Amino acid sequence: MEHLIELKNVYKIYQMGEETVHALDGVDLAIDQGEFVAIVGSSGSGKSTAMNIIGCLDVPTSGTYHLGGVDVSTMGDDQQAEIRNKMLGFIFQQYNLIPKLSVLENVELPLLYAGVPGEERRERAIRSLERVGLADKGKNLPSQLSGGQQQRVSIARALAGTPSVILADEPTGALDSRTGREVLKFLKQLNREGDTVVLITHDNSIAVKADRIVRLQDGKIIYDGDSQDPRAVVQPHGAEEEEVEV
Amino acid sequence: MNFTQSFRLAIKSLTTSKMRALLTMLGIIIGVGAVIVILSLGNGLTGMVQQQIDKLGINMIQAQLFGGSENEMPDPEDMYDLVEANSDILTGVSPYLGVNAVVRHGSDKFDRTHLYGVSEIMYNSVTGYTIDGEQLAKGRFLSYMDVDRRENVCVIGAYLEQEAFDGNALGKQLSINGRPLTVVGVLKRNAELEMLPGSQDDQIYIPYTTALEIMGSRWVNFYIFTSSSGETAQAAKEILVNWLNSFFRTDDGEYMYFYVMTMAEQANQINAMMGVAMGVLVAIAAISLLVGGIGIMNIMLVSVTERTREIGVRKSLGAKRRDIRGQFVIEAGTTSAIGGILGIGFGWLLAKGIGAVLGGMLSENMGGGVFDATPTMGAILLSFGVSVGIGVLFGYLPANKAAKLNPIDALRYD
Repeated sequence: MEHLIELKNVYKIYQMGEETVHALDGVDLAIDQGEFVAIVGSSGSGKSTAMNIIGCLDVPTSGTYHLGGVDVSTMGDDQQAEIRNKMLGFIFQQYNLIPKLSVLENVELPLLYAGVPGEERRERAIRSLERVGLADKGKNLPSQLSGGQQQRVSIARALAGTPSVILADEPTGALDSRTGREVLKFLKQLNREGDTVVLITHDNSIAVKADRIVRLQDGKIIYDGDSQDPRAVVQPHGAEEEEVEV
Repeated sequence: MNFTQSFRLAIKSLTTSKMRALLTMLGIIIGVGAVIVILSLGNGLTGMVQQQIDKLGINMIQAQLFGGSENEMPDPEDMYDLVEANSDILTGVSPYLGVNAVVRHGSDKFDRTHLYGVSEIMYNSVTGYTIDGEQLAKGRFLSYMDVDRRENVCVIGAYLEQEAFDGNALGKQLSINGRPLTVVGVLKRNAELEMLPGSQDDQIYIPYTTALEIMGSRWVNFYIFTSSSGETAQAAKEILVNWLNSFFRTDDGEYMYFYVMTMAEQANQINAMMGVAMGVLVAIAAISLLVGGIGIMNIMLVSVTERTREIGVRKSLGAKRRDIRGQFVIEAGTTSAIGGILGIGFGWLLAKGIGAVLGGMLSENMGGGVFDATPTMGAILLSFGVSVGIGVLFGYLPANKAAKLNPIDALRYD
C-alpha cells in the first residue's frame, strides 16, 4: 500500500559560514493514513527541519518526499502553497491567529485561499468551530479568548480545509499543563475520528500520548516504533537530559 | 478572490491607527486637493469665457484691415455688397470706426469721451447685448433707418447721461464737431465699475454713415460681420478671406493686409492658453502626488515588516504569492483612494471658497457672468483614478517584498 507520507533518504544541508550543517542526514520515514505519530528530539536534532519538510514549507537538499503519492520535494513556492492548502493543517505553539481578524475569519482563511465561495466558506468554518466547541465565539477577536481557546481555534482552522495531515508543532508549549492535556486529548480524539496527526515536540511526556514515536538526533532517526516501548523514551547516549513538564 | 477581505482588512488597519493613516494620506490629500482646485477654477474660467461668447454671439466675425501697399482700402459699401451677395451665410455687417471729434453739451466739453461709428448690427436684439457687451438702459439702439439716412442720433453711456444731462438724456441733444445729435438710447451702467471720464460708461455710438460725414473720410479699417449661425461662421470667414485676397490682389494676404477672426476661434485661443496654464499648474500639483506615493510606499514597507508573522501564517495556510501581493496592493490602493476622496472633498471646498472671492472680482471685470468653480465629473473621476493608481503603483514594491518572504523565516519572525 502507498504511504501517506514517505521520505526517502532525505538530506537537508545548510551552509552556515564555514560550517556545513546536516540538519537532516539521510532520513527515511513513512507514515500511513490514520496514524498518530510524535517526532521527538532535543533542539538541534533536526525535528524542526523535518516538520518544515513534511509541512511543505521547505524542500530537501536531496532525497525525495512523497505526500499522498505526489512528489513534492522539487516543487516551487506557489505549488507548495497549494499543497499546504489542500493537504496540511498546521497547529503552532504560538497559535498564530491573525489578531485583526475575528475567530470565524481566522478559521475561514484556508478555505479563502482554496477559493471556496463565501456562503459555503462560512458554513464550513462554523462546523469546524463546532468540532472544537467554540461555535459561539465566532465573532470574537482572538485576543478576547484564553490561551487554550485560542489553540482550539487554531485547531479548528487547521481542520477547516479537511487536510490529510494535521501537523502540530509544540502545540502545548505555550499552555499550562492542564490545558495542554486537554489539547492533547483533543488531538487524540481527532486521530480516533480518522485524522492523521503528526506531533512535533521535545517533550517525552507529551510524545508518549502518540501511538508511535520517531526520535531524531543529529539529523538521524535513532528510534521509530511504538510509543509504549520503553526504548522510545530513553534518552540517547550523550544527550542532555531535558526538562520534562509534569 | 479575497478582495473584500483585503479591503476590509485595509479599512481596519487604517481605522486602528488613524493618525498614522492620516499622515500617510496627507501627500495624496494635498496633491489631489490642489489638482481639484486648479481644475475647478479652470472650469469656472472656461465657463465664464463661454458665457461671454454666448452673450456677444457665437456668429460674430471680426475683420481688421491693415490696407494695401498703395494705401487702398475697401469702401464700406463694398462690404455691404459682399453681405448681400452671400446672404445665405452672411447676415450683417457693421463698420466699427473710432471718431476723433469734440463732444459738447452746452458749455461743457467732454474730451475723453470715446466716439464710435457703427451700424445697427452692433446691437444684438436677441441677446440684448452689443458686441462690446453693453446693454441698453433706456430708449433704443441705432436702427437701420438711422444708418441708411445718416440720421443725427446717438446712443450714449451712463456716465455721459449723468454728467451732461443729470440722468435724463433721452430726446436731448449734444453736439459733435458742432453738429447736433439727438440721444435715442442710453446704455446700462457697467457693473460695479467706477464711472470715470474715458471709462466704458463714457462713450457714444453714432451711425457710421454720420461718422463718415463728420470725419470727411471713407477709411474704415475694422468691421464686424455676423453669420447666419455659429456653424456657418467658418464658411463666412472663408468668403471674407477670399474676397479680401482678391481685393488686395494676393494669394494669402492674411496677417499681411488683413486679419479675420471668428468668435469661436477667439474662444479657442483663450481656452488653449488657459489649457496650457492649467497644464503647468496641474503638473506642479502632481509633484505632491508623487511625494504622497512615496509616503505610501514607506508606510507599506513598515507594515510588511510589522506583519511578517501574519504573512508567514497566511502562507502556511496556503496563500500564494499573488494572494499576499494582492492583499498589500489592495491595502495601498485603499489608503490612497481614501486619501483621494478626502482630497477631492477638500479641493472642492477650497475651490468653492476661492471661486466665491474670485468670481465677484471677475464678473466686475468682465461685465457680469457667473463664475462657477465646480470640478467636472471627469476631473473628479480622473483624480480618484490617479490616486488609486498611485497607491497601486507605489504599493507594488512593498507588496512584492511581502509576497516573496520565505514562510519559515516569516513564521519565526518576532
